[in-house]
Amino acid sequence: MSLILDNISHIYSRGDAYEKKALDGVSLKIEDGEFIGIIGHTGSGKSTLIQHLNGLLKATEGSIYFNGQDIYDKDYDLRDLRMQVGMVFQYPEHQLFDETVFKDVCFGPRNQGLPEKDVTLRAYEALKNVGLDEKYYDVSPFELSGGQKRRAAIAGVVAMKPQVLVLDEPTAGLDPQGRDEILDMIAENHQRYGNTVILVSHSMEDVAKYVDRIIVMDDGQVRFDGEPKVVFRHYKELEEIGLAAPQVTYLMHDLKNAGYPVSCDATTVDEAKNEIMKMLGRR
Amino acid sequence: MSFIEAKDLVHEYIMRDEEGNVEGVQVALDHLDLNVEQGQFIAVLGHNGSGKSTFAKHLNALLMPSEGTLYVGGMDVSDENLTYDIRQTAGMVFQNPDNQIIASVVQEDVGFGPENIGTPTEEIWERVEKSLRAVGMWAYREHSPNRLSGGQKQRVAIAGVMAMEPKCIILDEPTAMLDPDGRKEVLAAVHELNKTKGVTIILITHYMEEVVDADYVYVMDKGKVVMEGNPTGIFSQVETLKEHHLDVPQITMLAHELKQEGLPLRDGILTREELIQEIDRICH
Repeated sequence: MSLILDNISHIYSRGDAYEKKALDGVSLKIEDGEFIGIIGHTGSGKSTLIQHLNGLLKATEGSIYFNGQDIYDKDYDLRDLRMQVGMVFQYPEHQLFDETVFKDVCFGPRNQGLPEKDVTLRAYEALKNVGLDEKYYDVSPFELSGGQKRRAAIAGVVAMKPQVLVLDEPTAGLDPQGRDEILDMIAENHQRYGNTVILVSHSMEDVAKYVDRIIVMDDGQVRFDGEPKVVFRHYKELEEIGLAAPQVTYLMHDLKNAGYPVSCDATTVDEAKNEIMKMLGRR
Repeated sequence: MSFIEAKDLVHEYIMRDEEGNVEGVQVALDHLDLNVEQGQFIAVLGHNGSGKSTFAKHLNALLMPSEGTLYVGGMDVSDENLTYDIRQTAGMVFQNPDNQIIASVVQEDVGFGPENIGTPTEEIWERVEKSLRAVGMWAYREHSPNRLSGGQKQRVAIAGVMAMEPKCIILDEPTAMLDPDGRKEVLAAVHELNKTKGVTIILITHYMEEVVDADYVYVMDKGKVVMEGNPTGIFSQVETLKEHHLDVPQITMLAHELKQEGLPLRDGILTREELIQEIDRICH
């Protein structure tokens, strides 16, 4: 069970003056249960890439296999794919529409054709999982605060229990606590259900803290693909393509350059703390 | 008198039902006191819903105080006769660059503001050039804005405000939608305007790293100023910031945790250089 992208290219406005190759021969294998971060500067192809994962965009060249089936087969049920690969777009709260939060979250599972009882159960479970208090279930989504709206919108996708959950910058515009809460919630659900999570982010610190594997996009191609500590070893190349390493990784390099015997692999505050304490012989 | 002076400023959002009866009142600014001197670089922090944006919208008279007073450049924002003068004194840059750019060519977008206030054509072009050069976007003057990156678009939006020659620019989360490079570009452009042109800057942000170089920081919660001081002073109070749903820069967090492990580090470390100096001090 996996998602395989085989040599995918995507060309926008083919044949006219604005022709642009947004993806250029991308091959990836995404295994069940992975927690992946996708990073890249604006225009690097991240959003184009994720829109291929549930068939919203069709590759100009190449094939995509989901659980062993070619999604471009003419018999393939793209509707089913979209149930399995749930997409949370940027600012998903702009898509809230129903009279109450609860009804809004029911929309997805009901569309999946589940019996009404299951729809209700799914909505409860999803709202509980995103940490939205019960007192908000019957209010209009438009009366919620920014962070609460974001949770409600994510619940709408989580309620469909997608095997793969794709989130495009789910914390943009949230304050630090809101940011941590949303990402903690996503990580907890990942632990609980073992679903595949693909997180597009502009925050190197967030990606380093949460994901197991980072895919770096640049100019429509995969530039790096690996564990955070391995990817962030290439901090100089990352800077050249408009990205960076987490602040603490730079600190470790500075320490090393100043002659301290430290490893530069730390990408989170905890890892950096442990490394520095070890160096000072206090552990 | 300070350049910006808020005294007992109150703003209430009044919610009405379909018949127009008052259903509820939400106090967004609750007797806020705040002063900014001309030429300062000020950062305003606060969680979502703390009143930051409501305050920002008072600074150029998009919203009017319910109670209290606010003076901008010596002008009372409650005086509707002064609204246009206030808006020329204090320009505003919002979060989403796509909502702020209206023309199909960069230089025309920047010229839109001065043209609207009846600036002579020749002077419009001078202002366009000066503004675009100030944000490092002169080379893109003939480009279409929709082909630019987020950071570039946001710099064009800032140039558009600059062309109005305001004494003060308010930026409401200008980097929330940008990648790391875009964030750096915009911050560098804003600091440059502050240093070389003496423009007073009010930066509202959720990124603690962007606050490190500000002259002074205000932290808002529940419509009030709850903390104020220079960045070192503010970020020394990690626990208090957490209570206000905020954070500290990653290096400050690391220094804080090292201190809790027993390392004798000083408070308020903001940068890598400062932390390394402290580690040097401990080791020698």
